[in-house]
Amino acid sequence: MNLLGDKHEHLLIDGVPHAKALGLKLIEIARANATVKLPYDPRFVGNPETGVIHGGAVTSLLDNVSGLAVFAAMEELTSIATLDLRIDYMRAAEPGKDILGHAHCYKVTRTIAFVRGTAYEDSPDDPIATCTGAFMLGANAGRKPGANTTGQGALGENSGEKGGRA
Amino acid sequence: MSAFLNRDEIKTEAGLQAFVDSIPYANFIGVGVRKVGGELTCVLPFKDGNVGNPMLPALHGGVVSALLETAVILQVICEIDSEHLPKPVNINIDYLRSAKPVETYARAYITKQGRRVANVRAEAWQADRARPVAALHGHFLLAPRIKSDD
Repeated sequence: MNLLGDKHEHLLIDGVPHAKALGLKLIEIARANATVKLPYDPRFVGNPETGVIHGGAVTSLLDNVSGLAVFAAMEELTSIATLDLRIDYMRAAEPGKDILGHAHCYKVTRTIAFVRGTAYEDSPDDPIATCTGAFMLGANAGRKPGANTTGQGALGENSGEKGGRA
Repeated sequence: MSAFLNRDEIKTEAGLQAFVDSIPYANFIGVGVRKVGGELTCVLPFKDGNVGNPMLPALHGGVVSALLETAVILQVICEIDSEHLPKPVNINIDYLRSAKPVETYARAYITKQGRRVANVRAEAWQADRARPVAALHGHFLLAPRIKSDD
């Protein structure tokens, strides 16, 4: 399955409840690259004094677009999970403006994908924040749909966790 | 002091909760506050809109990160008398386990407080505190109150 092109917004955004809740819009997806927009919304403000968007909302945007860049770099689609993410916040986002997130997956190994990303309003040369992340590929290997809710219930110790994370 | 950050109010659990509720994004994902024995814990009840992987299902990494970041901000404003909210400089988040669709908790610690920057860490867990789902470490810029006698 090829994810390139813009006709997969329903899958890439609407299929991810928090991405949908944030109103993320898929702007572009190309080989190993993705761009997503976080429309300005007063509900996502982190500092009511200034109207600046919460660092956590910027993190959600960058996490999401980084994952899309990984999908866009893979030959065969497989499940992924964020291993780690580092965010550097350069400056406050401008209140009232939409934020774009762009990510590039610059290396894919058999098990791990490496990503760099930038959040900005107008130009990637004037970033709000940058990120680097590592993603585990085949993260759901051995885990069935609903693995997190079955077994001993959501709170159980043996609900599929051991096989899921290498 | 900023108008909305009242030091007397944030001493109580209800006051802290009111403060968190005034942060729109924290309110959007549903962060709650519990203060037990002087220890501050953030509580994130499960809600569908916080899911990142609907197949498992698992919470969105950004939501877990925002919970950790909010725990840090609350810990800093409770421990350090400051003029404004601390600003994140950088954060590193390690995702340790898949975050299940259940209540999630977070607790933050100030590792080192400098004059302008605090080095912080935080952990998020679900049923078992000994099995964290994510860990954060990072730096936050402080805005210490300038005392009149300085």
